[in-house]
Amino acid sequence: MRKLRGIAFAIAEAIDQEMARNDRIIVLGEDVTYWGAVFGFTMGLFNKYGRDRVVDTPITEQTFMGMAVGAASVGMHPVVSLMFVDFCGAGFDQMFNHMAKNHYMSGGQFPMPVTVITAIGGGYGDAAQHSQVLYGLFAHLPGFKVVVPTTAYDAKGLTITALRDQNPVIIFGHKLLTGLPFLPFEGEEEDVPEEPYTVEFGKAAVRREGRDLTIIAAGLMVPRSLKAAELLAREGISAEVIDLRTLVPLDEATLVESARKTGRVLIVDEDYLSYGMTGEVAFRVQAGALGSLKAPIQRLAVPDVPIPFSEPLESTVIPSVQRIYEAARSLVGAGAAA
Amino acid sequence: MLIKPEPSLEDLRYIVAKAGLDADRLLKAYRQMCLIRSFEELIADRYYIGKTPQFNMAAGPIRGEMHLAVGQEAVAVGVCSLLEGGDVVVSTHRPHHHALAKGVDPKKLAAEIFGKATGLCRGKGGHMHLFDATNRFACSGIVGASFPQAAGAAFAFQKLGQRNVGVAFGGEGAANHGTFAETLNMAGLFNLPLIIVIEDNFFADSTPKWAAVSTVHHFQRGLSFNVPSYLVDGMDFIDVYRAAKEAVGRARNGMGPALIEAVCYRYRGHFEGDAEEYRTREELERWRALDPILRLGERLKRLGWADEATLNRLRDEAHREAEEAIRFAETSPLPEPQEALTGVFR
Repeated sequence: MRKLRGIAFAIAEAIDQEMARNDRIIVLGEDVTYWGAVFGFTMGLFNKYGRDRVVDTPITEQTFMGMAVGAASVGMHPVVSLMFVDFCGAGFDQMFNHMAKNHYMSGGQFPMPVTVITAIGGGYGDAAQHSQVLYGLFAHLPGFKVVVPTTAYDAKGLTITALRDQNPVIIFGHKLLTGLPFLPFEGEEEDVPEEPYTVEFGKAAVRREGRDLTIIAAGLMVPRSLKAAELLAREGISAEVIDLRTLVPLDEATLVESARKTGRVLIVDEDYLSYGMTGEVAFRVQAGALGSLKAPIQRLAVPDVPIPFSEPLESTVIPSVQRIYEAARSLVGAGAAA
Repeated sequence: MLIKPEPSLEDLRYIVAKAGLDADRLLKAYRQMCLIRSFEELIADRYYIGKTPQFNMAAGPIRGEMHLAVGQEAVAVGVCSLLEGGDVVVSTHRPHHHALAKGVDPKKLAAEIFGKATGLCRGKGGHMHLFDATNRFACSGIVGASFPQAAGAAFAFQKLGQRNVGVAFGGEGAANHGTFAETLNMAGLFNLPLIIVIEDNFFADSTPKWAAVSTVHHFQRGLSFNVPSYLVDGMDFIDVYRAAKEAVGRARNGMGPALIEAVCYRYRGHFEGDAEEYRTREELERWRALDPILRLGERLKRLGWADEATLNRLRDEAHREAEEAIRFAETSPLPEPQEALTGVFR
């Protein structure tokens, strides 16, 4: 056991340990050698495994995603780096029409053990084409497992689970949780075992227990919700904070149980508001806990605009600790008044 | 020197005259390249405010990634000095030199890079997303996105019967993208007034060209689509200009597309903060000897069209213009927060 700062090294270590165990794993993508996929998810692998197993591709998302599909169909397990999730557009056809569907369409003949690792999120001024979250797009499509690690411990365990899964799994690592020195870090250092271990998909984590409301979040919104919960606690409001960890599969049971207990639910998301994670989670929570709800479910997400560049604009659209706090406070107030 | 031998004075006079260049045009190009150099260096200087000693991309007056084009000035100026106001330029994640060369106001450009309300896009776009409808300039942070968009503009000019051209800039990394091949095919097929300019600076982010390209040069690919293709010394304004003159002239006169591959070098990292593990200092120094501004200055002196004092004056003038642009950006107000929620639809 040692302390790790952030998810990037944890993910790279998970890949390293699985590569050592399984010689069918290869790493593909842009800048995966010298730069460790820019956000560190493949750091150290090039030094250890060389260019034979850690392969810099040309800037050709469509083609390297398609090559992952083809390689997986004959027994490899490609780990594909999509440098920023925003670049998915350039490779999306191979992802959503093939990677996600070939197993199903082939009547189960074609396995698709592919792990895609991508960087998400804003908050550091990278503007509309490099700051999106977009996991809702992938969660919407049948055939992808959607993993959003928040902590270093989860990042390692979830990545190992992904690398032992026979299905396409996409790991969405938030840039402000990577722990890399050139970016702000909003996570916390924590103990992570050196040996391999797995974290099961479809199990949300209750990060903080509470009585008055449930805040449901993923990725960067989890530490921000935890900070908001501390502010709420100073006013005597007890917030439960749940980290989804995986959007697909989704741990409905934990969400519904918490909603029944607290009666008030706020869903916080850094993805776009409409037709996304918040709407889906709200639907599932109300379906299981309607009778226990004391107020309508509330949500806070990026209003339906692209992420603007300038700081005052960017911080207006990405949910902050303060705005999570305010939304939670007003939800509890509204419930009490009702 | 890089691709072609340095011409004798007699040959230089011949080449310059044949390209339709004269003292005025060359001095103007020199000043323009100096403006770009100063602008980029001043942006770099301001970018690191608040980012030292610990480099934090989110800190300081300019946030996020920053891709500068120091060293690549001759490509932008060599091509864009042949364009008219109505011609379209679509650029890349490294767009400042193209923008300035296309005539974008340095003040509004700087203000956008600083995220100010007075910027080209009112602070919404930022350094990789610069748009100027007046000067028909756009760019994208997504690699490979420029080619089809410039082709679309060229397609429209053809349909509308306008004698304008579309110009797409892209790096040699972008030329590995599907859009490059797809666009060349369409451009050749429809005989579009399109010029694709590949700035081949040898590295796609950190990935060296040898690890990413199956051929030696990308102009070979253009030839396979029946698109006339040129390989030029991108560190030499005159060499870029004379190829671009042919390409633009032909496109404007209905004779179809061209590809120009300009071999050049970026003196700074892929982005600011880049540790540059993928190249050596010796390599960088070798390319510094080919500095396009120094080379054009030397040629102006050889031709007897400028002395050191003239060159100094042009450099100083350009530097002051860049400083004024930065000062304008620094003293401009930030946008109001509610601006963020407007403008998705017209």
